[in-house]
Amino acid sequence: MKKHIMFLLVFAMILPFALAGCGGSSNVVNVYNWGEYIDESIFDEFEEETGIHVNYSTFETNEALYSTLKSGGSSYDVIIPSDYMISRMIQEDMLEPLDFSNIPNAAKIDLSQFNIKPEVLSYDPDGTYSVPYSWGSVGIIYNTTKVTGPVDSWSVLFDEANKGQVLMFNNSRDAIGLALKYLGYSLNTTDESQIKEATDLLIQQKEAGIVQAYVMDQIFEKMISGESAIGPYYAGDAITMISENPDLAFCSPKEGTNLFLDAMCIPKGAENKDNAEAFINFMCKPEIMVRNADVTGYCVPSIEAYNLLDDDLKNSTIAYPPADRIANMEIFTNLPEDTLALYDSEWSRLTAAKAG
Amino acid sequence: MNKKGLSTPYVIWMAIFVVAPLILVVVYAFTSKSGGFTFENFSGMLQYAGIFSNSFLLAIIATAICLAIGYPLSYFLAKESATIRKVAMIFIMLPMWMNFLLRTYAWMSILEDTGLFNRLLALLGLPTLHIINTNAAVVIGMVYNFLPFMILPIFSVIEKIDRSVIEAAQDLGANSVMVFKRVIFPLSLPGVLSGITMVFIPAVSTFVISKLLGGGMTWLLGDLIENQFLGNVYNPHLGSAISLVMMIIVMICMAVMNRFGEGEEGAVVL
Repeated sequence: MKKHIMFLLVFAMILPFALAGCGGSSNVVNVYNWGEYIDESIFDEFEEETGIHVNYSTFETNEALYSTLKSGGSSYDVIIPSDYMISRMIQEDMLEPLDFSNIPNAAKIDLSQFNIKPEVLSYDPDGTYSVPYSWGSVGIIYNTTKVTGPVDSWSVLFDEANKGQVLMFNNSRDAIGLALKYLGYSLNTTDESQIKEATDLLIQQKEAGIVQAYVMDQIFEKMISGESAIGPYYAGDAITMISENPDLAFCSPKEGTNLFLDAMCIPKGAENKDNAEAFINFMCKPEIMVRNADVTGYCVPSIEAYNLLDDDLKNSTIAYPPADRIANMEIFTNLPEDTLALYDSEWSRLTAAKAG
Repeated sequence: MNKKGLSTPYVIWMAIFVVAPLILVVVYAFTSKSGGFTFENFSGMLQYAGIFSNSFLLAIIATAICLAIGYPLSYFLAKESATIRKVAMIFIMLPMWMNFLLRTYAWMSILEDTGLFNRLLALLGLPTLHIINTNAAVVIGMVYNFLPFMILPIFSVIEKIDRSVIEAAQDLGANSVMVFKRVIFPLSLPGVLSGITMVFIPAVSTFVISKLLGGGMTWLLGDLIENQFLGNVYNPHLGSAISLVMMIIVMICMAVMNRFGEGEEGAVVL
């Protein structure tokens, strides 16, 4: 769950052709994952162990992945979307049920050991289509030299004291979602008045001049350089930022936040389904999970892998928040079409508002 | 046949990567999510009028600044010796060898409140300027990134103006202002027109610059279109319709400009 960026259109156009070029050999698996979300050296080991060659490509947003698959012309065997996108793909019959006899290592995965409620897995209620890859949460990253007082709530993002210093998410779901949480509503509400109330809050925040900029991965540069004082972002990336600038700190807000989970799936019509299952099985090995977690900074979904982590990461309350905070977290679910349209028109209202 | 055959690869390329996508854009623009024919994508577009006007305004300002900087530069450069011209061209082209995204990212850290530019001002005891995340920053980014596209066509046209034409004008008693007004400028018009096109079109459709330097505070057309394809809504139909309208407006602008140049040596832009 990272990085909303640009050149996607170009990628989306070129990738299918790039892949078509590799389609000749039979013993391959075409993997489509988030950018910077895996330790690429594991591919060689996988090939050594199984003789299957990995063709690897990356996407930047769940929506980019969705549009690539929808537009056809591409053939991926393993994809790693997030929770709400998986439920959308299941609804639209875009995923292949997994044959778990080929994925024995999936049995090692158990999110309940991280105090994650079973409801969280409702995106794939029977677990037939997906195997969790990684999880994490959204929180507040702030500069301790600029923000005074304890940071414990989303309220700091709306506080006049931080005028001109606050970064916000530049995508409607995350931005409106955190406002909903602050107001005490569900991230997945379909109640029009609640969504409008949340947007009004964001408009006020913009008009009062509290927002410095709406960003996605530009937050790295702005927080590390000290340009901005505070902003919401993903916990795994917060760890990276804090290692670059020790003045930074992270908090998981008390009102609750978004918990996200990315899981491995096989799209309908995958040409190399057996290889895909072999790859998923390989990815579920605890030692492989740990190597990926070291690269991404995100959380592992199995306690066996957790126990193998470095002490730094294992004891990090940023990555693995305490149980009482996790209890308040929600995952995104796939919203109905008219709610999505409402999000879009509300987001236009925000973008049209004049900054103070 | 043989000579014509050489252009076949390009014709195929054009068909796949230019004509086919354009047809797709048109088809998407006139269909709804359920697949039927509709004008709905266009009728709802009025709510985005602000974004349209903002995009065109910023692109026009950026193009005007590029012209104001690029024309004199090309004019005086064309008079310099071959060595100076070559060196100057290398410096003009040099930034373009670097990735566009990187250059724009670099501008972000230059223009920030705590960035290089403001630190320099502070060092000189001057008041600092808030530029980042404003429309000014977006225009600066456009000018920086697209200036070479203004300079190159103007320069190459002025450079090729026959010296004897200028001498003839001087022999006939024209002073240097007259020579410029009546001879050099009209002859350089094709370069100016293609320079304007090459700056205006990428400027009006950019979304990287507004995102990085504008801080997402005001949206441009590019942001709006990108959001239809890769945002939470995923509405390629509306995205295509907006793209189509943008293309048509740009084409009208260019046609009008072509009219301007027509009297003078038939400038070819489109």
